[in-house]
Amino acid sequence: MTGKHVTFSGLFLAMLKRDMVIAFRHPSDLANPLIFFLVVVSLFPMAITPDPEYLAEIAPGVLWVASLLATLLSLDLIFQSDYQDGTLEQLLLSPQPIYTSVLAKVFSHWLLSGLPLALISPLLAMMLFLPAQAMWTLVLTLLIGTPVMSFIGAVGAALTIGLRKTGLLLSLLVLPLYIPVLIFAASAVHNAALGISVTGHLALLGAMLALSVVLAPLAIAAALRISLGN
Amino acid sequence: MWTWFYRLGSPKWFYDISGRWLPWIACVASILLLTGTVWGLAFAPQDYQQGNSFRIMYIHVPSAFLAQSCYFVMAICGGIGLVWKMKLSDIVAKSCAPIGASFTLLALVTGAIWGKPTWNTWWVWDARLTSMLVLLFLYLGVIALQSAIVDRNQAAKASAVLTLVGLVNIPIIKYSVEWWNTLHQPASFSLISRPAMPMEMWMPLLIMVIGFYCFFAAVLIMRTRVEILEREWRTDWVRSLVKNR
Amino acid sequence: MTNFLLQGNNLYCERDRRILFENLDVSVSAGEVLQIEGPNGSGKTTLLRILTGLSDAYEGELLWRGKSVRKVREHYYQEMQYLGHAPGIKQALTAAENLRWYSVIHGSNSVAANDEKGNKRIADVLAKVGLQGYEDVPCHTLSAGQQRRVNLARLYLSSATIWLLDEPFTAIDKSGIRSIEKLINEHINEGGAVVIATHQDLESVPNLRRVTLSGVPGDR
Repeated sequence: MTGKHVTFSGLFLAMLKRDMVIAFRHPSDLANPLIFFLVVVSLFPMAITPDPEYLAEIAPGVLWVASLLATLLSLDLIFQSDYQDGTLEQLLLSPQPIYTSVLAKVFSHWLLSGLPLALISPLLAMMLFLPAQAMWTLVLTLLIGTPVMSFIGAVGAALTIGLRKTGLLLSLLVLPLYIPVLIFAASAVHNAALGISVTGHLALLGAMLALSVVLAPLAIAAALRISLGN
Repeated sequence: MWTWFYRLGSPKWFYDISGRWLPWIACVASILLLTGTVWGLAFAPQDYQQGNSFRIMYIHVPSAFLAQSCYFVMAICGGIGLVWKMKLSDIVAKSCAPIGASFTLLALVTGAIWGKPTWNTWWVWDARLTSMLVLLFLYLGVIALQSAIVDRNQAAKASAVLTLVGLVNIPIIKYSVEWWNTLHQPASFSLISRPAMPMEMWMPLLIMVIGFYCFFAAVLIMRTRVEILEREWRTDWVRSLVKNR
Repeated sequence: MTNFLLQGNNLYCERDRRILFENLDVSVSAGEVLQIEGPNGSGKTTLLRILTGLSDAYEGELLWRGKSVRKVREHYYQEMQYLGHAPGIKQALTAAENLRWYSVIHGSNSVAANDEKGNKRIADVLAKVGLQGYEDVPCHTLSAGQQRRVNLARLYLSSATIWLLDEPFTAIDKSGIRSIEKLINEHINEGGAVVIATHQDLESVPNLRRVTLSGVPGDR
């Protein structure tokens, strides 16, 4: 049999490059999750109170819930267009390990949604008067937590691909699974604001990331085969 | 061993054998539930702290047990269905979801009713109640996915994957919720972790728990049988069964 | 002794309580073309997707070189090329980028590299499907027929043994159809096999067998 295997990095990079090129040819789509993040966060002072002390108190939770929702709304970017133009089924029919391709797809989703969220979060944190000493923790929890959400979300996206009313259904499937990340990340930021050590939280978030890197691509690959196998 | 395994996978075999078992299981379930209810509500001693209001425990605790067990049954059946493509397993998994969701809802409602006299409020973000609420969300997600997919096989497999992902998450969710709870409410008074419950309180609870399990088995079998008939509509045995009615 | 490449035995498929086909036997061996015919909605695409191993919604046995496709999936995919109903082309990418990506996921590195040799090969192949000079044009600016041709260009790059083609002639003009027929002939002369769903009469193709799906709503 002819060996038709590409190296792991060859396949990973080819997938990544493809998704990046596509994304950057429609740069306006890239900004949408960020704008959403900005708008949602600025709703809170208007809905609750502009009082700096109170806002500082709720800032960790607000920032994390907003970035969770922004990630959630960007989930259909992962597979939807590949599904519609038929390249997703070609991917499943290729002799390459689907694990690698899925890993690359989730990673590129994170590069386009989670990473920018983490990078602009200090700006929004300032608007909510989050204490300066919690700023780094906020960025760090977002850097570790958003890829976990991309992985879990990709499972939901893969399961609902091709269904008609995906938006609400997807949130219903995915949101309960986001709860642990939300709890640990938000309370890490909260503790950092109070000046308490957050190493334990970060370690737990890291463990969740490791677990999802290992397990989620398997579930995603299975889900894709199921969704396309009809 | 393998022939037994495959026979178990045959819907017809299950339909026949479960038809014979069902009356017995239903009978045992109703006797146990009746005994447990009467004993628990009328004869068990009053609680020295909570008075008579603690008696709702005889419904709350078994339904909380069942809410979790049902998810495990659903996940195990879903996994078997995915790996060995066993039809019956898919059907059982599908029948589990609404039953489990109902038990979870029952546990939440009874918890709220119990909370009113105990904490003087209908809802408390207590660790147990919160993880029960998340469990309800998980069930609702599975049910929503099942009903959104038209093709039966695809629906079964997709919800099996979701259930298994949920199963991996349940311990993490439980742990995180408990940890979050101790952080925010260090002095929370838990409903059922109490020092040494007297025997007269324990026995009816045990009977109720077993009764709930039997009830669950009976309902599960009934739902599964209906689902089998729907799926096997084109087979000869279902057709002749329908004709002979 | 049979030496079928791809063989489906006693296939059964039901969709929305309607039996698409049952007791269906299909097979194709090296040097042969199998044409799937039938009216719209008779399950041609469904059958092809089952034959790719993509769809699991069937009962029966599907064999690749005598072994169950479910077990030798990876070997099968090394030798199989599927052109589906969907264009299979990323609109935002250029024709060359699309073909490069395919060559990576199919593991044929002939054109993967962005070097002179790879570029020349891609230009040659695009010229063969009538798209010379379109290498670096984003696909969304191409017409439907031209996008189809980009997808068909994959066949020229393919080293697969078996091709499964779902309506490959959609939106393709007459000269295009002739050149694809020629390509199919070359492929089976080299010992390849083709399964094709189309209404087109494949006059020039020797070794053609047909399987016709009735499309009659089946309820026993």
